[in-house]
Amino acid sequence: MFFLVIKRILLGLITLFIVSLITFAGVEVLPGDACTTYLERQAFGEALEACYQRLGLNVPAYERYISWAWGVLQWDFGYSLSGEMKINEVLGPKVKNSLVLASASILIGIPIALLLGIVTALWRDRLPDIIISTVTIFSMTIPEFISATLLILIVAIWLEWLPGIVIVPTGATISELLPNIILPVIAISMIMTAHMARMVRSSVIQVMASDYVQMAILKGVPYWKMVFRHVLPNALLPAINVVALTIAWLLGGVVVTEVVFNYPGLGRLVIESISNRDLPVVQALAIILASIYVGINLIADLTTLMLNPRLKSLQIKK
Amino acid sequence: MNKKKEKQKNTFEKIYEVIKTMASKPSGLIGLTILIFHVILAITSPLYVPYDYKAIDPTLMLTPPSSEFWFGTDSLGRDVFTRTILGGRTALTVTFFGSLIALLWGGSLGIFCGLVGGKIDDVVMRVIDAFLSIPWILAMLLIVSLLGTTTLVLIPALGFFYGKGIVRVARAATHDVIAKDFIVSARARGHSNMSIIWNEILPNVRDAIMVEGAMRWSWMLLGFSSLSFLGFGVSPPTPDWGLMISNARGLMSFAYWAVLAPIFGLSSLIIGINLTADAFAKALGIDRSTKAPV
Repeated sequence: MFFLVIKRILLGLITLFIVSLITFAGVEVLPGDACTTYLERQAFGEALEACYQRLGLNVPAYERYISWAWGVLQWDFGYSLSGEMKINEVLGPKVKNSLVLASASILIGIPIALLLGIVTALWRDRLPDIIISTVTIFSMTIPEFISATLLILIVAIWLEWLPGIVIVPTGATISELLPNIILPVIAISMIMTAHMARMVRSSVIQVMASDYVQMAILKGVPYWKMVFRHVLPNALLPAINVVALTIAWLLGGVVVTEVVFNYPGLGRLVIESISNRDLPVVQALAIILASIYVGINLIADLTTLMLNPRLKSLQIKK
Repeated sequence: MNKKKEKQKNTFEKIYEVIKTMASKPSGLIGLTILIFHVILAITSPLYVPYDYKAIDPTLMLTPPSSEFWFGTDSLGRDVFTRTILGGRTALTVTFFGSLIALLWGGSLGIFCGLVGGKIDDVVMRVIDAFLSIPWILAMLLIVSLLGTTTLVLIPALGFFYGKGIVRVARAATHDVIAKDFIVSARARGHSNMSIIWNEILPNVRDAIMVEGAMRWSWMLLGFSSLSFLGFGVSPPTPDWGLMISNARGLMSFAYWAVLAPIFGLSSLIIGINLTADAFAKALGIDRSTKAPV
């Protein structure tokens, strides 16, 4: 058990190491570098040399990689090109804002998804299931930017209930953010909830068809007791990993939704830094988003391990 | 010769059977209908569009829908109906060929990894995991902003990026069949590796890979239209739904028609592809609702 946990953590770290190599190498092999982008047409002769000196680009690539990676480990991503600000100062408040948005969506999305998934599985192929499943297919397949645009059009413009665009400064506190994030949260959680509900549904249906549930029915266990004691614990366990993958996939959706709502988070930074070819910021964003992804998956893996007695004993036998 | 013909006939019969099973359920029938409608529209629409899609007319800015302009006009006075029925052509072409590329490279690498195993397999899967953990949007935006937004860049870029998930599926499917008796006996008969892959493994993993490819298609369409929505996809004045939505969005408080028409086009196509992929998976006996969108 202990070794298994250590192994998972190591695998996660190796993945992150490869991600850092990929992003670093990707930026390295592309034409142009930070100095030619920054100096534009003056990129020759002494000015270029001075810039290389200042940004430390005149040393071999592997040395720069080591010093960059060492900095990243200490939450220091170097300087951005536009404005020459320290990247971690720019990132801090934006990471916080995006985390507020993402965690609100997850906190709202997961309970609803569980409820919908269980309801559709227990009333399989009857009216509640048909209605909910149709709605989930729709909300699952429509891209975030469309549902977000429709939400703004209907709720903000036609009904005038909520603000359609988030107008808060980047450094706003959570209480200032709250009324503004209702629509973005709905837009983000729609897709995620629908995906999870479908997974929970099929997982519950599988368990309902298993031998031990049939046995419990034959023994005369009351229906709801059977559902809560025998079905749900076994059905929700395999769903954890898939839910983690969905949350990680959500990161992309958060970027698009933030752009639609003009939300001061990581999403807009992604677009801005890529439009400006601010490669140091892009590198920082790639490694941060990848760490979140790896972290969520690691947590899901470990939770499944802790909760599943079968995996534990399997490991002891080995 | 005769045998080959018989085999071909069987393939056609099988395809017919699969389509028949797909159409036997209402959701599959609806999906197929929408998809076929969109494909026909994409192929034939240039023949009967009422107006020129790039004709700008300042006197007709933001005209509401009328008998002359069915879906109204946009902020540059261009006919929204014309642009909407033309808007799916790029999306469909790019994502269709993108999915084919994804299917080919993902499938072959996956089968190869599943077959050889060992160190090579370990290293490849680590790299695939690493690629999976970079959010698609960041990677796509980076590729597109550095290499340009022409179709020739978009198709391989999307194909490469959406193929990495297929590698895993193909590898797992190969692992399932590799220990089976018929492979062992083919080895014992002295068949070459290529012949084992072609005649024994491929027919058994083909279904899983094709279902995965169909799923990728709908996600790729989502990714492609998100890119054009963010301004990193096809360049104007090419009519494209994502681009149209993004352009008309700022003015939607007085010109909702210019944003609703492309939204309808894109949503219906994505729903159509999704329902079709779902029915396809069910017809081949694969449950896709347990899969996460990676």
